[in-house]
Amino acid sequence: MIPEIGNFCIIIALLLAFVQGVLPILGAARSNSVLMGIARPMAVGQFVFVAIAFFCLERSLLTNDFSVLYVAEHSNSELPGQYKFAALWGGHEGSLLLWTFILTIWTIMVAQFSKHLPQEMVARVIGVMGLISVGFLLFMLFTSNPFERLLPAAVEGRDLNPLLQDPGLVIHPPMLYFGYVGTSVAFAFAIAALLGGRMDATWARWSRPWTTMAWVFLTFGVGLGSWWAYYELGWGGWWFWDPVENASFMPWLVTTALIHSLAVTEKRGAYKSWTVLLAISAFSLSLLGTFLVRSGVLTSVHSFATDPARGIFILAFLVIVIGSSLLLFAWRAPKIGLGGKFNIISRESMLLSNNLMLSVAAASVFLGTLYPLFVDALGLGKISVGVPYFNAVFVPLMVPMVLMMGLGPIARWKQASVPDMWVRIRWALGCSVLIAILLPLVMGKWTPMISLGFLLAFWVITTVVMDMGKRLSGREGGLGVRLKSQSRSYYGMQLAHIGVGVFIIGVTMVKGYEAERDVRMDVEDTVQAGGYEFRFDGVRQQTGPNYSASQGRVTVSKDGKVITQMFPEKRVYNASGMPMTEAAIKPGLSGDLYVSLGEPIPNSNGAWSVRIYIKPFVDWIWAGCLLMGLGGILAVSDRRYRVLSRKTKVEAGDSPAGEPALVMEGKTP
Amino acid sequence: MRYILPLVAFLVLSAFLYLGLNLNPHEVPSPLIGKPAPAFSLPQLQQPELQFSAQEMRGKVWLLNVWASWCVSCREEHPILVELARQNIVPVYGLDYKDKAEDGKNWLEQHGDPYVLSAADREGRVGIDYGVYGVPETYVIDKQGIIQYKQIGPVTPQVLNQKILPLVAELNRK
Repeated sequence: MIPEIGNFCIIIALLLAFVQGVLPILGAARSNSVLMGIARPMAVGQFVFVAIAFFCLERSLLTNDFSVLYVAEHSNSELPGQYKFAALWGGHEGSLLLWTFILTIWTIMVAQFSKHLPQEMVARVIGVMGLISVGFLLFMLFTSNPFERLLPAAVEGRDLNPLLQDPGLVIHPPMLYFGYVGTSVAFAFAIAALLGGRMDATWARWSRPWTTMAWVFLTFGVGLGSWWAYYELGWGGWWFWDPVENASFMPWLVTTALIHSLAVTEKRGAYKSWTVLLAISAFSLSLLGTFLVRSGVLTSVHSFATDPARGIFILAFLVIVIGSSLLLFAWRAPKIGLGGKFNIISRESMLLSNNLMLSVAAASVFLGTLYPLFVDALGLGKISVGVPYFNAVFVPLMVPMVLMMGLGPIARWKQASVPDMWVRIRWALGCSVLIAILLPLVMGKWTPMISLGFLLAFWVITTVVMDMGKRLSGREGGLGVRLKSQSRSYYGMQLAHIGVGVFIIGVTMVKGYEAERDVRMDVEDTVQAGGYEFRFDGVRQQTGPNYSASQGRVTVSKDGKVITQMFPEKRVYNASGMPMTEAAIKPGLSGDLYVSLGEPIPNSNGAWSVRIYIKPFVDWIWAGCLLMGLGGILAVSDRRYRVLSRKTKVEAGDSPAGEPALVMEGKTP
Repeated sequence: MRYILPLVAFLVLSAFLYLGLNLNPHEVPSPLIGKPAPAFSLPQLQQPELQFSAQEMRGKVWLLNVWASWCVSCREEHPILVELARQNIVPVYGLDYKDKAEDGKNWLEQHGDPYVLSAADREGRVGIDYGVYGVPETYVIDKQGIIQYKQIGPVTPQVLNQKILPLVAELNRK
């Protein structure tokens, strides 16, 4: 009964989404405020029904209802509760339901926080989001219904893929989906602006906090994914350039470009059509990511079962959504105009080059990800593009971008003077060059790449510190006053930039100084690595809730003193019979110790192959991601977004488009 | 004009994606195709006291179907195999992969037994030799004991009629 209710709710949600997608947009075209007014209630109604469907599927999972095909395929009665809950997004059908659920959440958020926007704008934005939802709900009903029954019911479920039985899975996909789906808001704003033909700074201002929020989720999502791969796959790596990872990384790159380009469009009215194109691309890449993962066009460790009918449906959907928006773009964009002029040395030009480099980076990742497909489609054979390509292309693009990152925030809008900038950066440049030369010597190994890594990292950090120092020094008022005089979006930006620096430090340290030992160890054997001594104490059998494990014990000591004991495991899951490696990790600010079990050595007395890694500063990689995300949150919480909405509420009527421009200006240098 | 470029680029991309849908990246040419089927000798599922070995099948074209009671997709292909067995075109042998004997037998009782016999690969060792990486899988093996075709995933009527049966007919003629 419960699954049928869920199914029914999806059908109702589809009808509501259809109304939400058609009538308000029609109303906006005809200036009919009754039709436009339908947008918000429909959004709420759709949310309610999709939420019911979501909880129906959760209930089926939690109560082990194996008469539901999805539950039989992705759960098991022995599966611990939190993973039963997370199994909802462990497979294709459930992931789609989650996707749609998150889309409806974003839609009601937009409905709620858009009270200060003109009615046509709101109607169009919510309408566009409704149309996207129609596509996903149809997809679910016709090719991927999560409520499909399995009769007669299975006695036992097939269990969730053991790779996914991990706390990371409980939060990583929802986080990433919030990001993916969040780009639909920026997309809807861009389409609404194209439809309305009014493309001014206000449009950019409205869509900025939404875009930044989506970017924050994407940042956390990609970061968590990388962290999950690090501790769950047992190979000690943190990024594999896997097609599915790339599918999440491309929207991140483009959204990063978009938040910068929106800033220029808002502040200076420059390169508007570029911004619109980026907004369309960011969402298109999110959709494409979904397509690549779901359709089975590319192979990946993350791939779900393939089904040609699904592939055709998603492709048709992609063509309709992306094709029609690009068509709209081709038709409307020429009328937008180019906006304000700027000098070759100015903040605009710096941000433009940042945009270009991020876009080229996204394009090169795109090419690398799809190249095997192109080659195969042209009948030239089956190939795969590996890590060397991505490193070779990506790193050279990021170097100038990071250098530019230090300059951008201190350059003036419109026209910056070179001597003035030189005065402001010389100390930062001097410090970072000095550190880049000396730090590797202190660490004990000097190579040009390590040095370059440190140069970039400390360049970013020192320019931020110098700029903040300059802004916060001065004579008037106390430090507190001066701290307050800077906006939160300024601090947010600087925090995110420091995050990039921290991230680069992590990457450089790991690449430059990691140590790895892959050895056969008998019981009581010891191995030296990175100044530590690892003693293998043997393996014993353990039983988990739904698996049995061989658990090793490794005692780590330094200078004869025992530091810690580590317990790497090799698990075999009962239902699927799949083996899994659970690495033991001892994290630390200055690096991780990482031990994982390989295979038992046959015909030996309890010997195993054991992998030991020393990963210096590896956690800085994710700390950097965390700082970037927090910076984004700080920027979104900026007063001006709230002041603006409060102020327009008061002035409603005499300020039609919500344009108290003076709130915006004056905050920026 | 330049505003149309993104659209054009996207349409080209879509064409490639469309072509990509008809390709199968999982169709990794199995290294075993054209090679002798790995030898094995395993107890039979229904009569564990008897052994079954691949060598017995020399001189016959036969199918080896890897299945398990815990495998949901196996249910999907099972009616097709039952129907195939009824038509008596080609003998189908089963490899009950990583399964408990009781579960396997019950499953065959419930869904019908299309197999001449099933070998019980409880530990999955034979599966490793054959490079099984997902159940179900089906192998077409010729008179000389050479693997001629490998179907990964369920046998669909389409695969059966377009690939497996024509291949079996051709191999029988040789």
